[in-house]
Amino acid sequence: MSYLEIKNLQKKFIVHGEPLEVLKGIDLDVNQGEIYGIIGFSGAGKSTLARCINRLESSDAGSIMVGGVDILSLDKKALLQERRKIGMVFQNFNLFDSRTVYRNIAYPLEISDFPKDQIKERVLETAKLVGLSDKLDAYPGGLSGGQKQRVGIARALVNKPELLISDEATSALDPQTTIQILDLLKEINRKSGITILMITHELDAIRYSCNRMAVLEEGTIIEQGSVAGIFNNPKSRTGALFARVFEEFQNISLTEGAGI
Amino acid sequence: MSLLDSSLWEVIKASFSPEIWKDLVAPVGETLYMTVISSIIVLIFGIILGIFLTLTCPDGLLPLKAPYITAGWIINILRSLPQMVMIILMIPVARLIFGKSYGTNACIIAIAASCIPMYARIVESSLLEIGKGKIEAAKSIGSTNFQIITKVILPETLPGLIRGFTVAVITVISMTALAGMFGAGGIGDIAVRFGYQRFQHDRLFACVYILIILVQITQGIGNLISNKILRTRNLV
Ligand SMILES: Nc1ncnc2c1ncn2[C@@H]1O[C@H](COP(=O)(O)OP(=O)(O)OP(=O)(O)O)[C@@H](O)[C@H]1O
Ligand SMILES: [Mg+2]
Repeated sequence: MSYLEIKNLQKKFIVHGEPLEVLKGIDLDVNQGEIYGIIGFSGAGKSTLARCINRLESSDAGSIMVGGVDILSLDKKALLQERRKIGMVFQNFNLFDSRTVYRNIAYPLEISDFPKDQIKERVLETAKLVGLSDKLDAYPGGLSGGQKQRVGIARALVNKPELLISDEATSALDPQTTIQILDLLKEINRKSGITILMITHELDAIRYSCNRMAVLEEGTIIEQGSVAGIFNNPKSRTGALFARVFEEFQNISLTEGAGI
Repeated sequence: MSLLDSSLWEVIKASFSPEIWKDLVAPVGETLYMTVISSIIVLIFGIILGIFLTLTCPDGLLPLKAPYITAGWIINILRSLPQMVMIILMIPVARLIFGKSYGTNACIIAIAASCIPMYARIVESSLLEIGKGKIEAAKSIGSTNFQIITKVILPETLPGLIRGFTVAVITVISMTALAGMFGAGGIGDIAVRFGYQRFQHDRLFACVYILIILVQITQGIGNLISNKILRTRNLV
């Protein structure tokens, strides 16, 4: 059953008076409970696509259904409610430096009508899930990149959303930490059945976590299907390029004995 | 004692004599009163105005072209007036509000009119310093604009707001001294009446010491608090 359904999504920006088409009719179908990968080079429109899904960015045409809700038709108030059901994780973490880890995780509960007396329990439970139980009183400024992203993930999950959008969540992390974060996302997906849209320019991340994926190139999805299929038989230039880069990378890793 | 007939050293020595400082107790009280009241007014209205500017600016949370441009114009006009001109201009306003055009409260109006626009600009630039990503994150969680301002933007930019407020308070202090010339009382009044009109330079010096101390203390407290916050947050 599909959980996220995007049809003919179009978006253009006006740059110096000229229209710049960034999304040129995106069609995407993500099943409930899967981790779906979207790969593309820098500037392909990945972040714009992600931001259109929770309407951080307006779109020009098309439709977006999330769990049967027509996102583009929501009024302001309903949109705020709906955003609370869509978690988002960012490359730069975007944590609140003024809040401790505990209060970062508690933020989504604080601003919604979540019962005040249950906040603590939920925050502790979420912190435990991401492995941060011993860092609750720390400020983000004193955490490592991996720990920061765990806070970001906890903050995105504390509302128990049904969809998690991960926009380059591991791109700022070293390979070892990347694996840990991907393992965490996989574990969360397995435990809670949350649907994850994993946007990245790292093929490893997708290969490690996803069964299905799409290749985004200059605002168009030029290829989609099973990860293995696209790997072994890439039909697009981007797909091929990624597969080749990946293979070279594999070889380097193997020869250096630093397998990823 | 005057520099006209005594040496600098003698004047400095005289400036520490008890009878001079005894006469300064009440004026210092007046200056502190003006500074505190004005600073509170500047803080409240400066923050509100600064938030309004950041909110309504073209890529703010609530872009409103006409109000933003109008507010900007008014602020720029007020800021282009020298402090002395502002004091003179506010005389009729003070008469309207307090029924008299001189005195401490009348000058507080002039100080507010001059310093609110300045602090509003400082607040605006502090608030704009926040990373776009944090606002994006707050939005993605479903925050209302009000929640974004009160729970994210203000706390995140607090150290900058405090440093900016320090600058504003110091400007207020210097302006209270100026306002003394226009019947506001305080240190400035003493400095002008005795130091300028009667050449009692020892009294003038004492006034200068007090102003220096006030500014140093203000800056010290401002630095202390903002650094403490930055250290707590592990940002330095
Ligand atoms: N607010 C904006 N105004 C104008 N142009 C924009 C805006 N946001 C994105 N773009 C343009 O849209 C294109 C796609 O940007 P986007 O951020 O979606 O790419 P991306 O695939 O996420 O790239 P990256 O891997 O570097 O994050 C780029 O050419 C970018 O310059
Ligand atoms: Mg991006």
